[in-house]
Amino acid sequence: MKRVQFSSPTLPYLFLLPQLAVIFIFFYWPSAQAIQSSFYLEDPFGFGSSFVGLSNYTDAIFNPEYLKIARFTVIFTVLVTFFSLSLGLLLAVKADAVIRGNSTYKTLLISVYAIAPPVAGLIGMMFFDQHIGPFVTMAATFGWDMKVGINYFDTAFAMVVVAVWKQVPYNFIFFLSGLQGVPVSVREAAAIDCRSGIRRFWTVILPLLAPTAFFLLIINITYALFDTFGIIDVMVKDKAANNPITLVYKVYMDGFRGNDIGGSSAQSVILMLVVFVLTIIQFRFIERRVHYN
Amino acid sequence: MHKTKLSDHLVLIAGALFLILPVVVAFTTSTHEAAEIHRSGLMLSPGGHFVDTYEKVLTKQGGFTGQVTGARMLMNSLILGIGFAIGKIVLSMLAAYAIVYFRFRFATLAFWVIFTTLLLPLEVRIMPSFEVMTRLGLLNTYSGLIVPLLASATGTFYFRQFFKSVPDELLEAARIDGAGPFKFFIDVLVPLSKTMIAAIFIIMFVYGWNQYLWPMLMTSDEHFFTLMRGIKQILQVWIGSQIPEYNEAFALAVLAMLPPVLIVVVFQSWFIKGLTESDK
Repeated sequence: MKRVQFSSPTLPYLFLLPQLAVIFIFFYWPSAQAIQSSFYLEDPFGFGSSFVGLSNYTDAIFNPEYLKIARFTVIFTVLVTFFSLSLGLLLAVKADAVIRGNSTYKTLLISVYAIAPPVAGLIGMMFFDQHIGPFVTMAATFGWDMKVGINYFDTAFAMVVVAVWKQVPYNFIFFLSGLQGVPVSVREAAAIDCRSGIRRFWTVILPLLAPTAFFLLIINITYALFDTFGIIDVMVKDKAANNPITLVYKVYMDGFRGNDIGGSSAQSVILMLVVFVLTIIQFRFIERRVHYN
Repeated sequence: MHKTKLSDHLVLIAGALFLILPVVVAFTTSTHEAAEIHRSGLMLSPGGHFVDTYEKVLTKQGGFTGQVTGARMLMNSLILGIGFAIGKIVLSMLAAYAIVYFRFRFATLAFWVIFTTLLLPLEVRIMPSFEVMTRLGLLNTYSGLIVPLLASATGTFYFRQFFKSVPDELLEAARIDGAGPFKFFIDVLVPLSKTMIAAIFIIMFVYGWNQYLWPMLMTSDEHFFTLMRGIKQILQVWIGSQIPEYNEAFALAVLAMLPPVLIVVVFQSWFIKGLTESDK
């Protein structure tokens, strides 16, 4: 904190007012509403609601469809996180090793970083299109009759590819800046002690990257759970019937297409708990890291 | 110290192609005619219909009302991106100023109240947020599009970190010279934060520009559609049509990703700095 500060009975509140007003109206109020309506069964036509206790939660959790979607969400998250982290790390290690042309590679690799998920989904759809998609043609030469949008597995595959494509540049940026933060003296000392580059990487560089990797792990899980909404929405085109969707997408489907406000809210609250736990883990870890530094 | 190997380059080139090629192909394909794309698939070479396609996408009146053009959606996306970035900067600078530079009773409480918003992404509270917006009558308005997105703490944290790193001596000197809170803020702090403001502006602009779910819920009136919303629209329209307008869909995608890609490439160092330093 600052040694000297202003003191004024009204000014700080005045400065905080706009931010707090927005947060209360558009964050706390809806969040409280979500929790409240998760205990009610609301009439879809708006004629009142009745208290049903925890039944929205039990309905959600013991519903086989919900469980199936939850299972897909977990698998999807694991795959997306694993592949985008490892590809990002691989490219960062290589870009770090290359001295000439380093910045060109860097520019190329991060240029697609900020493309929005629905745009990524649209481009992905084209590459996996029945008529014009090169990936479908490519798969056909291996005898794989790919039907994205119709076949459950094929759609899931395409979704994972697109989601990974979108996330690799992000991981690349963080891993590269982490790698470039490793002091030259440490690298030189390691090079003297150990000839094998691969072993050096596993025993010296990777442990030093651990904080970055952990931070990215949480970010990637959050990405796969929530930010892929745009990709999924574009790729399943509102026809979730036989297509793989994630839990967030189900919250949206049940709330806006199914008009099941109570059920949708209960699912929201379940997801809130997931995010809450993830964030706590993240902050605890970062606190410890800062502490050790 | 380390000798660059050929394999390093190969991996990097393969990675760059994997990431870049879809974007390039999206652009080159958009310059061909729909029938041609339908016949022979995606194109790697540029075609001769760049002007026609983009002119059509920007000026053709489409949608249910037959009044919405690509240019209109482009403008709405710009309004959302710029409005969001400016709103975010103003709100969060003021709040961070209060938290860092003032001694007052509820400082810690205010900090935590703002901080908590980091815990819940918009996606998990869409339904109730939508209801609140309906109740406030903000559906299909620009303020309804922009203001609710401001309810998060990211900007406040960037500025809080930055203000904390500003030397205390500046405030002491300013106070000796008789500067009050307003004068110090406008004449010292704002000029000092220029780079920071610019960096946050571009990050927030891209964030606002890329919003998808929120505009989708908030706007049923096509006059408020953004480019992202238009992408959903174009996909819904072409189901069932004879030859889908692949070229137009790609052109729309190119328009939607042009600003984010340009900003990242041009302001690379700011972007990386802003990202990697703030998230700690």
